[in-house]
Amino acid sequence: MAQKQLIVIGNGMVGHHFLEQFMATPAASDWQVTVFGEEPHLAYDRVHLSEYFNGSSHADLAMATRADYDQWGLDFHPGEPVTRIGRDGQRVVTDQGAYDYDALVLATGSYPFVPPIDGHDQDHCLVYRTLEDLDAIRASAQGARTGVVVGGGLLGLEAANALKSLGLESHVVEFAPRLMPVQLDADGGALLKRKIEALGVQVHTEKATTAIVPGDEARLRMNFSDESHLDTDLIVFSAGIRPQDKLARDCGLGIGERGGIVIDDTCTTSDPTIFAIGECALWNQTIYGLVAPGYTMARTVAGRLNQDEDAAFTGADMSTKLKLLGVDVGSIGDAHAATPGARNIRFNDEQGGTYGRLVISEDGKTLLGAILVGDNGPYDTLLQYALNEIELPDHPEALILPESEGGAPALGPDALPDTAGICSCHNVTKGDVCGAIDAGCEDLAAVKTETKASTGCGGCVGLLKNVVESELEKRGVEVNRDLCEHFPHTRQELFHLVRVNGIRTFHTLINQYGRGDGCDICKPAVASILASCWNEHIMATDHVPLQDTNDTFMANMQKNGTYSIVPRVPGGEITPEKLIVLGEVAKEYDLYTKITGGQRVDLFGATLSQLPEIWEKLIDAGFETGHAYGKSMRTVKSCVGNTWCRYGVQDSTNMAIRLEERYKGLRSPHKLKFAVSGCTRECAEAQSKDIGVIATEAGWNLYVCGNGGMRPRHADLFATDLDDEQLIRTIDRLLIFYIRTADRLQRTSVWMENLEGGLDYLKEVVLEDSLGIGDELEEHMQGIVDTYQCEWKAAVEDPEKRKRFREFVNDDRKDPVQHWTTERGQRRPADETEVA
Amino acid sequence: MSQSNQWQTICQTSDLIPHSGIAAWTERGPVAIFWRPGCEPELSAIGHFDPIARADVLARGIVGDVDGEPVVASPLYKQHFSLRTGECLEEEARVPVFPVRTEGNQVQLSLRDSASESASAA
Ligand code: SRM
Ligand SMILES: Cc1cc2nc3c(=O)[nH]c(=O)nc-3n(C[C@H](O)[C@H](O)[C@H](O)COP(=O)(O)OP(=O)(O)OC[C@H]3O[C@@H](n4cnc5c(N)ncnc54)[C@H](O)[C@@H]3O)c2cc1C
Ligand code: SF4
Ligand code: FES
Repeated sequence: MAQKQLIVIGNGMVGHHFLEQFMATPAASDWQVTVFGEEPHLAYDRVHLSEYFNGSSHADLAMATRADYDQWGLDFHPGEPVTRIGRDGQRVVTDQGAYDYDALVLATGSYPFVPPIDGHDQDHCLVYRTLEDLDAIRASAQGARTGVVVGGGLLGLEAANALKSLGLESHVVEFAPRLMPVQLDADGGALLKRKIEALGVQVHTEKATTAIVPGDEARLRMNFSDESHLDTDLIVFSAGIRPQDKLARDCGLGIGERGGIVIDDTCTTSDPTIFAIGECALWNQTIYGLVAPGYTMARTVAGRLNQDEDAAFTGADMSTKLKLLGVDVGSIGDAHAATPGARNIRFNDEQGGTYGRLVISEDGKTLLGAILVGDNGPYDTLLQYALNEIELPDHPEALILPESEGGAPALGPDALPDTAGICSCHNVTKGDVCGAIDAGCEDLAAVKTETKASTGCGGCVGLLKNVVESELEKRGVEVNRDLCEHFPHTRQELFHLVRVNGIRTFHTLINQYGRGDGCDICKPAVASILASCWNEHIMATDHVPLQDTNDTFMANMQKNGTYSIVPRVPGGEITPEKLIVLGEVAKEYDLYTKITGGQRVDLFGATLSQLPEIWEKLIDAGFETGHAYGKSMRTVKSCVGNTWCRYGVQDSTNMAIRLEERYKGLRSPHKLKFAVSGCTRECAEAQSKDIGVIATEAGWNLYVCGNGGMRPRHADLFATDLDDEQLIRTIDRLLIFYIRTADRLQRTSVWMENLEGGLDYLKEVVLEDSLGIGDELEEHMQGIVDTYQCEWKAAVEDPEKRKRFREFVNDDRKDPVQHWTTERGQRRPADETEVA
Repeated sequence: MSQSNQWQTICQTSDLIPHSGIAAWTERGPVAIFWRPGCEPELSAIGHFDPIARADVLARGIVGDVDGEPVVASPLYKQHFSLRTGECLEEEARVPVFPVRTEGNQVQLSLRDSASESASAA
């Protein structure tokens, strides 16, 4: 039998999901499938589009590859939009040709709505939907200072965050009286606005833009109906979406009054040979702007084409949970209490910054809807109550009250019925998860691969993890969090074993608690634990073989096998005499010299055998090692503070030096960076550090768990107006708690985000001493401070240790593969073409 | 070539560092010698030149085992090289392997690449 022709128009998330589902059915072999996409790429993850600004590439976001599509036998045409559908001849037309179909699936999605304001179509007026849109925003942000997002809904706030991450001063302009009008009520919206403004995004509600004209202080000016205006360098419109229904409209398919291709429960349009799915489809007067309902539609059509008479789309849950600019927002079901007789319970903690609202049925038995702002902790539990109509407890208010006031009766995974939906994107129930586990899945990753749960919008990850872990535990399976093949323990457990048993060498630890010889994962991790516990010299015979080369030779290996040298310059303060010594040493050894990003000087290009000689000279001049090579405290960046600066309110340089002197040499799971600023102008960038200190009139504000690097994160305000001693005590406790409980190579930010209870829990432990270990943590730190020694000093004084710094054990020659050239007056490694 | 004259003394056993490597210069170029007391094999010698990073650094890597195979991890980009065969576990690359032994307190090398010989013999 000749194959029938199936054409899919649109290769977005839903179009791709349809292909994935359909190609797995037996019916697929009866059809030749042809796919047209307007975008130049195959389908990618639009839901996580914003990650494109945080370092994800197109490849990271891609959902489909050419290889997959080839393997499925698809004929695919990215970058070839369909321009017309000829229903009479059953064929679609593109600029490249015409193609016949027996069945047609429309998955054309939607496009951003740009209000027809005067001047909306000039340069630097942009939208936020495709990878190309994001490239355009990035280009426009070059040389820009401010950016405005028009629209304060979910996407608008995400766009505002993106502008902020591009370094722009960002604003949100919303027509309605509150943010996220669809999901939130007045109190929730007001709290969200306060929180977002505290993060530096300015929110302007009840503003209608009348025109966009050239600006005075920036590229553009937005004029508002209330006569006010706002100057900005770029504008991103995020004022809602409109279904992409042009093709359907032109060929006379049934279209809703306000757009959208009308479909029935089988996702069939007014033409029985044409289906529509995703954001272009209108079901029961509703356009679903979320990916999960689109996926259900995709499954419905795949099922129908496979003769499954039960496959149907019968509406979808629009509940959402998100973190917008770091603020939790959740909205479930009938959030606005539209159901007749519905009753409300509200908890509005203006002090603590959380808002919760429950919408309850007239008989008080079931949860109809909910709103959460500031804390999504109860979200998963509430959603399960609502979706599965589980009978509410006697005091439902406890579900949204902080734990101390009654103990929120979290709905454990055990309490969920088998029919409870876990992942709405892929329609996975708790029963499916249990089935996967019974069929042999032994961890979260396997369950994800088997059921696809959590591979869509990602909103269900937490719940899925809980269910999987609880089910595995029930079946007596241990969850594998081992450090590596040599130790059946986590880093935390090893830390505990080392400390409690007083273990001082790797050898003892692996003999008692591990197997094999060890490897480059467990050895440095254990070396770090030993150093954090006992602080012995890292070049002691037992410890040397455990370290990465940088730690072994106390210098950073460069790409040609030479090393760089970074002496400590506490707080960035250095005398002219010391600067001269650095210059002289660099000159003598022909070292490339550069000011680092950490307020000190790096000398590059020393050979192994030169290291001890150079350090002798530096130590004589009063320098100490800067630990640039270690997973340890690096630098405390400082600003000049009130000794010189007209705005300074405390002596920030002095405090920076004090902190650097105290914590220098501290070994930790990952590197630690500090900074101290003398006032809120924040010239030392303390809010981008693991430990950031900002002077106030009354003392110091402490910020924690920030970092730059690959995934920049602003530090969180931890405590305010501390005096010097309180500041140090707090940092002592926090750092040792980090060192004791973090995973290997986990920076403070990731550690904190993964701590159950997060920042609040950390505050309880450190500030309120809820575990009663405050004194112990401080003593531990004091022990490390008291045993500090400059590793380089100890090394150059010990002939045995110096022996290690020979290029070749039997020959004094220079390493023959190191070649050099000169650039801008300094020596640097030559690359291969330059050598030839 | 007779068995007796192929061994060359490179250094003393006191130059070795337990569970770590040292580099030596030979007429075949730089060689990395590892001593892992109590492990199998105790002594190994492979090329010091890392063919992926293109630098003389392998003696300065961490030694250990991966799935039972004795290895050194390159200090630059962390690929593992087998101490028995010289094969890289992650990429298409190989370093030479040399027979090594101790005679009294002397460390001796034979400068034929034992892995490539057994490979060509097979
Ligand atoms: C020398 C320096 C660049 C410069 O020329 O200025 C530098 C150089 C290196 N950085 Fe850096 N970083 C330097 C400041 C920074 C900064 C800026 C700062 O500290 O204010 C950052 C971003 C801030 C932060 O860490 O939060 C930074 C983020 C990184 C990262 C990414 C960390 C992350 O969490 O994403 C790495 C990779 C890592 O550690 O895993 C890294 C790793 C490295 C390494 C160690 C890579 C390596 O293994 O070879 C580089 C070798 C250092 C050396 O001496 O050979 N470097 N690095 C700076 C030394 C500062 C100092 O005085 O010690
Ligand atoms: C920044 C952002 C964040 C989001 N966050 C979330 C979230 O957290 N949770 C959530 O559930 N949803 C979220 N969404 C919405 C989600 O991305 C959409 O619901 C989903 O992508 C819809 O899929 P779709 O296939 O219907 O449409 P699309 O993904 O838009 O795909 C439609 C495709 O059809 C193509 N096309 C259109 N016309 C033609 C033609 N004539 N010929 C050929 N091809 C054509 C388009 O170019 C497009 O590639 C977000 C969206 C954005 C932009
Ligand atoms: S942070 Fe404040 S005190 Fe420090 S230099 Fe800047 S303005 Fe001056
Ligand atoms: S609900 Fe979207 S991935 Fe599970």
